[in-house]
Amino acid sequence: MTKPAEVVGQTPLSYIEASLRKRKNRSRINGLIQRALVYLGAFFSVAVLVFIVAYILIMGVPNISLDLFAFEYNSVNVSLMPALINTLLMTALSLVIAVPLGICSAIYLIEYTGRGNKLVGVIRITAETLTGIPSIVYGLFGLLFFVTALGWRFSLLAGGFTLAIMILPIIMRTTEEALKAVPDTYREGSFGLGSGRLRTVFRILLPSAMPGILAGIILGIGRIVGESAALIYTAGTVAEIPSSVMDSTRTLSVHMYVLASEGLHIEKTYATAVVLLLIVLLINTLSALIARRLTRGKKNA
Amino acid sequence: MRKKSLRKHASALREKLAHVVFAIAACICILAVALICVFLFIYGIPAIAEIGVFKFLFTTTWRPSSDEFGILAMIVGSLYVTAGALIIGVPLGLLCALYLSRFASRRLAKIILPGVELLAGIPSVVYGFFGLVLLVPLVRQVFYVQGMSILTASIILGIMILPTIVTVSKAALDAVPNHYYEGALALGANHERCVFSVVLPAAISGVMASIILGVGRAIGETMAVVMIVGNQVWLPDSILSGVRTLTGNIVLEMGYAADLHRGALIATAVVLFVFILLINLLFGILKRRAKL
Repeated sequence: MTKPAEVVGQTPLSYIEASLRKRKNRSRINGLIQRALVYLGAFFSVAVLVFIVAYILIMGVPNISLDLFAFEYNSVNVSLMPALINTLLMTALSLVIAVPLGICSAIYLIEYTGRGNKLVGVIRITAETLTGIPSIVYGLFGLLFFVTALGWRFSLLAGGFTLAIMILPIIMRTTEEALKAVPDTYREGSFGLGSGRLRTVFRILLPSAMPGILAGIILGIGRIVGESAALIYTAGTVAEIPSSVMDSTRTLSVHMYVLASEGLHIEKTYATAVVLLLIVLLINTLSALIARRLTRGKKNA
Repeated sequence: MRKKSLRKHASALREKLAHVVFAIAACICILAVALICVFLFIYGIPAIAEIGVFKFLFTTTWRPSSDEFGILAMIVGSLYVTAGALIIGVPLGLLCALYLSRFASRRLAKIILPGVELLAGIPSVVYGFFGLVLLVPLVRQVFYVQGMSILTASIILGIMILPTIVTVSKAALDAVPNHYYEGALALGANHERCVFSVVLPAAISGVMASIILGVGRAIGETMAVVMIVGNQVWLPDSILSGVRTLTGNIVLEMGYAADLHRGALIATAVVLFVFILLINLLFGILKRRAKL
């Protein structure tokens, strides 16, 4: 950078000034490039995600028709109604299993154990492991355990249990967070009035933590509705409303997968995608709204 | 008097009972992981032993009809697709996180971030369908190839891991103490330089954690990939040829597999499971270091 030849004939001070200016210019240009990169990157990320949703909506909404919601599924009219009802049943079943378990485990972890408990460490690690397991592995496990070993065959029940294990860590974590957020003064007040631990948990802590728990449950519902890989080999793909929990069913996501891979009813597949997308987005928005209201309430308090 | 002590006894008993019930519920997690491990391993390991570890992991012939089971092509396929997803998802996601954390106005960030989080919940079949109807024909027309390829799957997976990378990286960037930034400013660096040379390096553990989490999602993704990657069992010679991933192998053939074939598919899941456990371990270490 320093070229002695250029210095000749210049006063040292002006040389320094010039080089400083040059450097400042360069750093300004660098800054501009970096800023442009960041803005471009952010724009592309958001644009791509918005584009996907918009594309599905634009292609799908005109194809939504009433016979898509007929109660009977057949090869001419690939109605999504049975799948929709199955999704509701599946969600209800999984929640009935996972919610009590998740809440009870969270209560145990937060209210009943001190720090440095070895069991708690193991539970935390296993819960984290469960979060990371891909859904196809859950599906395979469900096939080996519930479907084959317990002999439940492809059924609503096998699918429900598989999904329950899948959303258990979500419910646990959100309930833990919600319980942690309840101020200690509530606990002290309750103990001070002479109530036991159990009463404190059910009368004081759970009601105050309810919004957080609810947000977690709704998040779990979103996961259930969107799931397909874990269900194909546990609940099967029969597109009928089941008459018992031992019947094979197909949820909306699986229905969508089957339609897309058959490739016969492309317009109806678009329409089904819209319905699925809207349901999941709606559920997740609801969860986010409840969670945000919760944190805002805490800030005001 | 006696009545009171009786009631006290009953309540003590109830407390103890509740304690036990809660503890049992908490142990379900451990039970679930143990069961998953046991069931995968008791079906998978004997199959691997019968096929031979080397033959199973390091040969590329997958021909169930003649009892040849080599999953090297699938391992390579999974790695290629995941790497492609990272090449697309990481720069975009990181830049978006930088924007949200250090460049955007607070009002704008408050709109964009929940939106991005929301999109993390789009079901994978919808992503797959989008790839199938838009991206596959596009690739087919542009490159005159079959269309279902590593490229298509990488793009879709890259988009799918975007929300994960954005949210976790943003949390890491937000966690960098403000005096790092202020110190750099005081030394005369401009805003961009402060962010890129001081804040970003300070958040690097968290950013790495987000990438690892993205790897986990990409390698475990099934339905979206199966729909658009072609599923041919071979070692690909370009990013425009199709491959089969580990997850795809399971979901495609589990429906009709029997005997050793079935065992080999479960063994495929074991390999996938081990990958995921390693990734989880790495993520845990990075997360602890980043104090997220």
